Amino acid sequence: MMAETAPQSSWVKRIEPWLLLAPMLIVLATVTAWPLARTAYLSFMHASLDDGDLPRFIGFGNYLALMKDGDWWHAVRNTAFFAVISVTLETLAGVAIALLIDSQIKGRGALRAVMLIPWAIPTVVSAQMWQWMLHDQYGVVNALLIKLGFISHGIAWTAGAGTAMAAIIAVDVWQTTPFMVLLILAGLQIIPRDLYEAAKVDGAPGWAQFFYITLPLLWPTLAVAILFRLLDAVRMFDLAYVLSSKSRETATISIYARQQLVDFQDVGYGSAVAMLVFLMISLVAAVYIQVTKIRLISE
Amino acid sequence: MKRLAKTVALTLLKIVVVFYTIFPFYWAIVSSFKSGAALFSVDFFPAIDLTNYRDLLTNGNFLRNILNSAIVAVSVVTLSLIFAITSAYALGKMKFRGRGIVLAGILGASMFPQIVVLSGLFGTIRWLGLYNSLGSLVLSYMIFSLPFTVWVMTSFIRQIPAELEDAARMDGCSTWAMIWQIYFPLLAPALASTGLLAFIASWNEFLFALTFTLSDTVRTVPVGLALISGSSRFELPFGTIMAASVIVTVPLILLVLIFQRRIVSGLTAGAVK
Repeated sequence: MMAETAPQSSWVKRIEPWLLLAPMLIVLATVTAWPLARTAYLSFMHASLDDGDLPRFIGFGNYLALMKDGDWWHAVRNTAFFAVISVTLETLAGVAIALLIDSQIKGRGALRAVMLIPWAIPTVVSAQMWQWMLHDQYGVVNALLIKLGFISHGIAWTAGAGTAMAAIIAVDVWQTTPFMVLLILAGLQIIPRDLYEAAKVDGAPGWAQFFYITLPLLWPTLAVAILFRLLDAVRMFDLAYVLSSKSRETATISIYARQQLVDFQDVGYGSAVAMLVFLMISLVAAVYIQVTKIRLISE
Repeated sequence: MKRLAKTVALTLLKIVVVFYTIFPFYWAIVSSFKSGAALFSVDFFPAIDLTNYRDLLTNGNFLRNILNSAIVAVSVVTLSLIFAITSAYALGKMKFRGRGIVLAGILGASMFPQIVVLSGLFGTIRWLGLYNSLGSLVLSYMIFSLPFTVWVMTSFIRQIPAELEDAARMDGCSTWAMIWQIYFPLLAPALASTGLLAFIASWNEFLFALTFTLSDTVRTVPVGLALISGSSRFELPFGTIMAASVIVTVPLILLVLIFQRRIVSGLTAGAVK
């Protein structure tokens, strides 16, 4: 009897994990792999819903046109600028605030709770809240700056050429620094306290403790947190859409791609934009993972 | 003395951080209670005027938007968690060839920029007849919800000791019963925190909701909020927008504060390690 069931049970054993995974894999493929393949296919076509022509294969035509498209390169620069500046500020502020919260036991729970508030607010809501605060005539920010004597009349923060991007970065920093703080706080908890005791006994000053104990031991956590933030920042869409509409000054690659696809109905060209976005983001992730040597999959 | 100065400085710093973090939301609440000309004066403690709230709640679209968001988010969370439990069991408790590839694929999918699939997904949604319906959002939100829930549940299920499973196997328990009768109750707290995070992500999503729905009756809250405008070009709708912002955010903040420990553990299980 044993001899009869053994081969069957080993066959079941081999197929079982795939049966359990199948529903998830099928749904995931329907929303990622298949649309990605379709986008790739469309990117080689002239397919515009605007001129009524039938879609036709044009090879790398869309990509070649993109290389010479000033607006596209402008969007690439905007996105890179936004991602680098906002993630840098969020990381520095995140580490500083996390260390501040971690420094004393008193009030730690309350501060952590406060940190969750901006994180829980939907991005569109924060964009609207800040748009109102930054309003040129009635905004509270201008009112306070005028009262303090820094400026004489209100500034149109979200409309000005130089200030719109700064405003978007400020809102992003406000909204996502708390996420960094929460992750860094969790990372700080893993560091054994007796390391600091030993450092104190040896007379190591505060900055040395930070650079030789805290930072190296925090790094694995920090590296993953930065990767997640970076990937989020390069695909940013809603903040720029709500705060400064589709202005060229602040258009990100996601805004530009959607504009081609939906507003101009140029499916072929828009798909080529999307494919370049995909390649660029994959490249950023791959280089980052290589350079930082973080291990995302355990075992 | 030096110690006291340090404590005072740190406390001041904490107050600054708390003020900076909370003030924008406080200002939204304050502004939501102002209507007419009061909105244009900078007043930190105004009289409470509920005009904006009354306008919103008597305008059918806003309530409809909230209902739509709730339907979409609950469906997305329920479906993802069901898929995630069986997948997490396979990925966390079974040894099979291809496991590493599946994990890498899920990790890759979690980094997927949504804009990339927009044109391809648009075709699929049209083909399935889901354009301009809530179904299009339930399907498309799987793109971020599934990888996240599967990843986090896998790391949670791994922490459960194997002895339990060995004992159940001795008693002749099948894999299916094992998942639903033994692991499911044990994973309930983890499911709650993961589900809450997936709920928040769906509730807040904007790009797909803006692209795959068209009419007011199928719009979700973020799109409704982004597109609110005054009845004339010269009317500033910020009082109404702030009232709407407060209504959709207060429940989220309460949920997050009530479940804060679970949320932090869910976030860190997903990102740390």
